[in-house]
Amino acid sequence: MDKSKIRNFCIIAHIDHGKSTLADRILELTETVALRDMENQLLDNMDIERERGITIKARAVRLNYHADDGQDYVFNLIDTPGHVDFNYEVSRSLAACEGAILIVDASQGIEAQTLANTYLAIEHDLEVLPVVNKIDLPGADPDRACNEIENVIGIPAMDAPRISAKMGVNIREVLERIITDIPSPKGDDEAPLKALIFDSYYDPYKGVIIYCRVKEGHLKAGDTIRLMATGAEFQTVEVGFMGATDLIPVGELHAGEVGYIAASIKDIGDTRVGDTVTNAEFPCEEALPGYKKVNPMVYSGIYPADGAKYPDLRDALEKLLLNDASLSFEPETSVALGFGFRCGFLGLLHMEIIQERLEREYNLDLITTAPSVIYKVNLTDGSTVFIDNPTNYPEPALIAGAEEPVVNAHIYTPPEFVGNIMELCQDRRGTFKDMKYLDENRVDLHYILPLNEIVYDFFDALKSRTRGYASFDYELKGYEPSKLVKLDVLLNGETVDALSFIVHVDKAYARGRKIVERLKENIPRQLFEVPVQAAIGGKIIARETIKALRKDVLAKCYGGDITRKKKLLEKQKEGKKRMRQLGSVSVPQEAFMSVLKLDE
Amino acid sequence: MAADSLGVYIHIPFCVRKCAYCSFYSSPADETVRQAYTEALCRDILSYGGRGLGCDTVYFGGGTPTALESGQLIKILEVVKTAFDMDSDAEVTLEANPDSAAPEKLEALRAAGFNRISFGVQSLDDRELSALGRLHDSKKAIVAVKNARAAGFENISCDMMLGIPHQDTASMLATARGLTGLGISHISAYMLSVEEGTPFFEQGIEVDDDRLADMYLALCEQLGSEGFEHYEISNFAKQNRRSRHNMRYWQDREYLGLGCRAHSFFEDRRFFCDEDIKTYISSVSHRLTVSEEHPDRLEEYILLGLRTSDGISFERLKELGADEERLQRIRECAVMLESHGLCRFSGSGFSLTEKGFLSSNSVIAQLELC
Repeated sequence: MDKSKIRNFCIIAHIDHGKSTLADRILELTETVALRDMENQLLDNMDIERERGITIKARAVRLNYHADDGQDYVFNLIDTPGHVDFNYEVSRSLAACEGAILIVDASQGIEAQTLANTYLAIEHDLEVLPVVNKIDLPGADPDRACNEIENVIGIPAMDAPRISAKMGVNIREVLERIITDIPSPKGDDEAPLKALIFDSYYDPYKGVIIYCRVKEGHLKAGDTIRLMATGAEFQTVEVGFMGATDLIPVGELHAGEVGYIAASIKDIGDTRVGDTVTNAEFPCEEALPGYKKVNPMVYSGIYPADGAKYPDLRDALEKLLLNDASLSFEPETSVALGFGFRCGFLGLLHMEIIQERLEREYNLDLITTAPSVIYKVNLTDGSTVFIDNPTNYPEPALIAGAEEPVVNAHIYTPPEFVGNIMELCQDRRGTFKDMKYLDENRVDLHYILPLNEIVYDFFDALKSRTRGYASFDYELKGYEPSKLVKLDVLLNGETVDALSFIVHVDKAYARGRKIVERLKENIPRQLFEVPVQAAIGGKIIARETIKALRKDVLAKCYGGDITRKKKLLEKQKEGKKRMRQLGSVSVPQEAFMSVLKLDE
Repeated sequence: MAADSLGVYIHIPFCVRKCAYCSFYSSPADETVRQAYTEALCRDILSYGGRGLGCDTVYFGGGTPTALESGQLIKILEVVKTAFDMDSDAEVTLEANPDSAAPEKLEALRAAGFNRISFGVQSLDDRELSALGRLHDSKKAIVAVKNARAAGFENISCDMMLGIPHQDTASMLATARGLTGLGISHISAYMLSVEEGTPFFEQGIEVDDDRLADMYLALCEQLGSEGFEHYEISNFAKQNRRSRHNMRYWQDREYLGLGCRAHSFFEDRRFFCDEDIKTYISSVSHRLTVSEEHPDRLEEYILLGLRTSDGISFERLKELGADEERLQRIRECAVMLESHGLCRFSGSGFSLTEKGFLSSNSVIAQLELC
């Protein structure tokens, strides 16, 4: 088809600024979705996304638009995640587009994450089309929002469409501006095939479905394709476009178009997001530049609550990996928890989402360990080791010095919360860098923060101290020397490996104290008294005692009704089975989870 | 398996008044219903006749068996003797309420062959008794025990309760001393548990476990010092005065329960009569609900055996199918329990201590998971 009639774009927005609502309005206006299929926020098709109001996975949809100039256009809307943890996914969506719509809330202005994603789009040479949303709200100040866009981002914004996605106001103006402002794709249909994989998922009937943007050449069913990273070759079974509710098969895909490929690919490991698809018989010379590969920043152990579910957990992680190349995992064994996986995540939200998806979509009951960052430990023999699992932290005598990752953190907030935030950052061992007024209503606070201080519950703490008004973004700055210690937790005198963690020496006592208190609350009374201790090296720094169970007896046996007793016993046995047996102490799953969020 | 003689349980589901803690099936009824029930029960019992079934214990429980006239109770016992081949020295127990135990009634029952009587005394403190909603006071209870002795009952048991509102360790021990002072040979001591659907539950009465545990241990010590053997979690007996009928339950031996809602363990099945009084009276054959077919004897042996001071033996565990590996795990678990004072080893096996009895649910669950 005529490339000048194609527009490929994505939408960048802060959580709740209305990205999904605008996408829905666009779908409506282009009549891509029959009204009866219309559900609010159609593009976010995972439960978790709908509930949290955020988009986690990139998705794409093809729309037909009859423009004011009388011409018909094809729009490919590629969805992007809004959250800072998902820079990787943002960048792969951006690489498939020529333009980005930047939505800014007319009452709230630009948020930290939006800014980060906008810079990413500019880096990818995308044309940024600003849109001011929520003009229907009483507190809306579109002029101020436009000023902010010009001052903070540095792009012209005074003529930005002012819309209300919710009320459907001025949506058509946005569509017209997509045609005039965003360039059409380039590319040569006759060149060797070059298509960028920006998403994929496993379909039980068709095998792996690849979502791609064709940059050069063309592709049709029957062609043999080669995935350039692995060299694996497959015969294409079907190609097509992404409808809003279905895949629509088509004869050929051409340069400039966005579509899908089904090629009976069984092994999910073969398709890597960011890889280039080419024609095996007429291959292109070199692959497209891959995405900037991001490395996991946060690690956590994930174990099945029921040890027998280990293979299920492995399968589930492998399936998630197909859609989420930023996830990493490898097998790990814990004395306390048995067989599980050490998983690497982009950030805390990413970790939570993976855990939730494992539990909801794969029906797994999980035990996770406290998130850890990667510590750099210089040993006395001159070597350096990187530690992502507290269990492997070297003996203090072998350590010459330790370093921990720190981040440049930017917090955007109304000025009245600056005091609260500074207190929080202080408490999290932050170093104040500077404070800038974006306008009279918003401040950019810049801190250097140790990453291990924000992986626990920084988001929650920030939200509760600013009534949800502050936004937050960070990027890795590097490593800094730090006084770190490994804190162990002992139950009945035995170290529980899954509960160990690395902590700054100044915070060890307080955290140790809290952990033993939490465990005491969450471990039921046992047949005997159980001491719960926190220790550094061999030194106990905190102790609580779980009292012995005194009475647990069914005294009477009514008229020989043994069955009643047996039912009770079965229930009790089931309860015990669900617990982890650490030596002679039974520990429920909740006890492990209770130490993850200590500041609640 | 050699034919074992049976225990026969007769359920009398009538109460003059329901106690505030009771969740068991019973109801008040007029004389017509009581007579009709007696007749239905007799038919039910007779249906087991002619099969040569032996019986060496009979237990009339309730409800309140003494809510029936002595003539009715005697009639039922006669029918039991007709239907079953009853041992000459069979233990025949009658549960009785102190307020329905007139001397003449007791004499008639004793003469007819009832040789063991179990009074639901619960407490000798009148404030505690009225909190429980009992019809008798302490004076009546004492008189009832004396009357039973005068009627010729040598084997007298009293139930008492721990955890009654207003009760403390001192008043509880006073009840125990009051009862043993009457020369009875058996005491069953139950800890109050507040069950859903009872007035106690509605009133939101709670029992503090730690306090109950202290009371229980104090009672064990008191009764032990007076020569009572603590032979089962809730039961204490003078020499040779264990309840033979109840021991059947703990020894996993067969028993037939007759009457509505009565439970049986017979011919390798656990079942019960799932009928209310009205249905029971009018049915020709009764609807028996099987709660368990071929119960796992090994699991039951652990569950039931550990309720008694006899405990369980490794030999018997092996006979019931425990392999060496499992025996070893059970042994290790017992060693751990012993180190915490919850069980003690004998030559051939082990039993729970009184502290172990107190947390027997968890202990048994743990052992069965071995």
